[in-house]
Formats: sequence, structure tokens, C-alpha cells
Amino acid sequence: MVISNIWYFLSGLTLLSALMVVLAKNPIHSVLYLVFTFFCISGHYVLLNAQFLMAVNIIVYAGAIMVLFLFVIMMFDLKKNQPESKSSLTKLAGSVVAGTLLVLLIALLRKNNLPAPSEVNFKSQTGMVETLGKILYTEYLLPFELISILFFVAMVGAVMLGKREAGERNF
Amino acid sequence: MDLLSDLFLAKAAFIGIVFAITLGIAAYSTYFERKIAAFMQDRIGPDRAGPFGILQPLADAVKMFMKEDFIPANSNKWLFIAGPCLSMLTALMTSAVVPFGDTVTIGGVTFDLQGIDVNIGILWVFGIVSLGVYGILIGGWASNNKYSLLGAIRAASQNISYELAMGLAIIAILLFTGSLSTKAIVEGQQNGHWNIFYQPLGFIIFLICAFAECNRTPFDLPECETELIGGYHTEYSSMKLGFYLFAEYINMFISGAVMATLYFGGYDYPGIDFVTAQFGNNIAVFVGMGALIGKALLFVFVFMWVRWTLPRFRYDQLMGLGWAGLIPLSMYNVVVTAFGILIGKPFTAGIVGVVLLILGLLIHDQLFVKKKIA
Repeated sequence: MVISNIWYFLSGLTLLSALMVVLAKNPIHSVLYLVFTFFCISGHYVLLNAQFLMAVNIIVYAGAIMVLFLFVIMMFDLKKNQPESKSSLTKLAGSVVAGTLLVLLIALLRKNNLPAPSEVNFKSQTGMVETLGKILYTEYLLPFELISILFFVAMVGAVMLGKREAGERNF
Repeated sequence: MDLLSDLFLAKAAFIGIVFAITLGIAAYSTYFERKIAAFMQDRIGPDRAGPFGILQPLADAVKMFMKEDFIPANSNKWLFIAGPCLSMLTALMTSAVVPFGDTVTIGGVTFDLQGIDVNIGILWVFGIVSLGVYGILIGGWASNNKYSLLGAIRAASQNISYELAMGLAIIAILLFTGSLSTKAIVEGQQNGHWNIFYQPLGFIIFLICAFAECNRTPFDLPECETELIGGYHTEYSSMKLGFYLFAEYINMFISGAVMATLYFGGYDYPGIDFVTAQFGNNIAVFVGMGALIGKALLFVFVFMWVRWTLPRFRYDQLMGLGWAGLIPLSMYNVVVTAFGILIGKPFTAGIVGVVLLILGLLIHDQLFVKKKIA
């Protein structure tokens, strides 16, 4: 088994499941396909030798965020909340915009001719957690700390939103 | 990747053995659960199938397979089947990173008694634990039954809430080891330097979270006869129900193994040097593997002991304990551990941390909590 074959297989699987997220009629199926897409992306991280990103991607996206998605969608009455079908004009406009974006992206990639990374300078340990930690805590310390402040603000905001005021209904 | 190389075959064989051990222990946990329950309630327990009822798990399995496999009419068929399968899958996947022993050399080939030695081992455990909720959530929703859905939602919110405290307890361990690899964590605890001595508070937090993650009493609220009929597996029957119940026992054993790895020195045991000198490396390593499984079984016993001794929580008490009790406590534990490493006395810091905590709670209790006058 050659690595590039695994890559092709995984990429095909990723694209297929990502497509199914959009095409699936049932929102729950959409969410599950999205979870599967995240797994495929984690597989790509493994191929890039970035195990830490792989684990964090699964923990944060598949393990936490998508569970909450599933949670919210399960609370819906799916029979009552079916989104009405769009008119054919909207569908046409949507496909034109999406097609243009696709053409633009392909043109951009072809024009730029991204250089292949040289094998001499390639470091296999770049994606390891030790390297990542060293870079985060030295070179990118300020952005890292700023992000932690951002997280803190978001957390306080979430607690404020979820807090029951005095005299409000007790569910 | 060569499919027929020695390494690949050795890994495949090892993983097969670990699966067999896990499934066998899970099957016999059901028997011992009933025996221990019987002992605590002054009964005899199962004693009909074989001597001492030792064949009871086989009889149970046959019974499960023979029952009618029923799929409700308005359920989502594929997801209904996928639910128990996912539960089993996630339960079995965690054991891949548990180091069952050091390396052994058999016939000139060196084997590593660990499924995969990745340098993010503990994150793998954490990731799989966070996926464990999908099986319950999907099964509960696909049943198309409001009680199943409520049970599934309870399970999901409980697991998410207790994962946070669990992660914070693990961070204190990582401060000690400086590595995410489970192997490195175990190697840091060799010769009796077990993390439990340095992390008593962290261990208690982790143990409570493990109870909650396994949905065991006193945190078994996803299944509740009086409120939810049966909980998330109300609509399940036959071996699909068996898979859900089995996954719980596998989770118990695996979480016991993870706790032994993190806090009780993994495959370390007293007198390892003596055994190595007397009988050679291989025997010593296999005794170590037995020691790890023994420690894990001890935790399985603790799970059962607690189940048949303590009453269960109310749901708001469970959430309150998780968010307002365990998370601040584990943050305090991280700070104490970091301070201990900074001054170079982690052992003293761990003990002083617990003592200060108890003193603080006592003072708070005396000063601020109004007592009911009896």
C-alpha cells in the first residue's frame, strides 16, 4: 500500500461525505455525515504526521461541538419544521454562484503553481505536540494569550446567557 | 506498509488478545456483579448454571440471542442498528493506547505490549471517551420514543459535563510527566513513584468522573425506571440491548485500566527487579501485565461496590456536582500541582493541598452555612 493511494481514498471519502452533508434530506443524517467528514479530516492530519491536531480535531469538533449540534436538532420536531423547498430561480442562482466559485478556485490554484515542498528541508517532527508547544509558547505567545482572553470572554458570555435571573421561571 | 511483516502480525495478534481479554472480563463482570450484589444483600446469587453458577454469562448470552429482535415501526432503522454498534466500537477502541507491559523478546523479535504507542496517547483516550456518547444519543433518537430521547439527552449532557473535570484532572498528571504518551506516564511512575501519592485529589476527581462517564450508579440517570421507563434503551431488545449493557462493562474495565495507568503505576508492581533477576525479563513483563489487569479488576470491583452501597443522585444534584463542585476542585488541583513542581516538593504540595482544602471547607461550613437546629 502506497501512502498516496491512502491519500486518494481518504480524499474521495472526505469529499463524498461532505457532499452528503448537503444532500441528505434528514438533518440528523447531515450531522452524522459531518462527524464522519471530521474523522476523514483527522485521517488527513495523521497522514501529515500531525497527531496532536488529529486528536484535538476529534475531541473538539466530533466530540463536543457536533454532539451539541445533534442535541439541538434532536429537540426539533422534524416533521413540523421541514424547510420549504426553494423556487427553481433560487436553485439556479445558487448553482451559478457555486459553479463560479469553483471555477475561480481552480483558476487560482492553477495560476499560482504552489511549489512542492523540498525533501531536503522536510522535517517529519513539525506536527508533533512538542514542536507545536514550543512554537506556540515562544514565537506566537502574544496571539496565543489573546486567544485565551477571547475564549474567556466567550465563556463568561455563555454563562451570562444561560444564567437564570432572580424571579425568572424555574424550568 | 507491509501486511505480512513481523511487526504487523505481532500487533494484530496482540490486539486480538487484548480484545479477547476485554470481552472475557466484561462477560464475567456481569456474573461477578450479580454475585457481589447477592453478597451485599445477603443472598446467594446465580448458582444454577454450572458449579457456583460459573456458566451464567453463557446462559445470559444464549438468552439474549434467542430473544425476538424487534425494531419499532417508526424508528430510523439504520441508526437504530448503528446505536449499539457505535457503543461497542467506542468502548473497545480505548484499549489501543493502554500500555499493558514493557517490551518482550520472543524468538528474536521484540514486541511492545501496547496497541499503538503514539505520543498523544492520553488525548486519544479523551477523544474516544467524548465519542462514546454518540452510540447512546443515536440509539435514543432513532427509537422514536420520547422517553428514549430524554434518556439519551441526559446521558449526553452528563458525559459532556464530566469530561471537563476529567480533562482538568488529567492536566495535573501531564504537568508531572511532561508528555502525553501513556507509556511515558507509566515509565515516570516506575519503582513505586505512583501518581496516586502525588495526586490524591486528582485521583478522586478522576474516579468520580469515570463513574459518570460509564453511566454507573450513583450517576446512572440515563436509565431510570421510575422517570424514563428504561432510559435510552427502552425500545431495544435481544442482542442490541445486550450490546449496550456489554459496552457498559467494557467501559468499566477499560476505565479501570486507564486509572491504573494514570495513577497506580500501570504495569509496575513491588519487587519487579527481583522477578527480573530471578526469572528473566519476559516473565517479569508478563507478571506486570497481570498486575495491570489485576489493578483494573480492583477498580471494577470498586464500581460494583459503590453501585450496591450508595443511593443515586437527583439530576440537578448531578449537574451541580459536575459544574460547581468538580471543575473548581480540579482547577485548584492544577494550581496546587503546578506550585508543588515550582518549589520542587510535589509530594508535600499534594498532601498540603488536600489538608488546606478540607480545612477551608470546614471553616466555610462553620462560618457561612446555616445549620438547621434539630
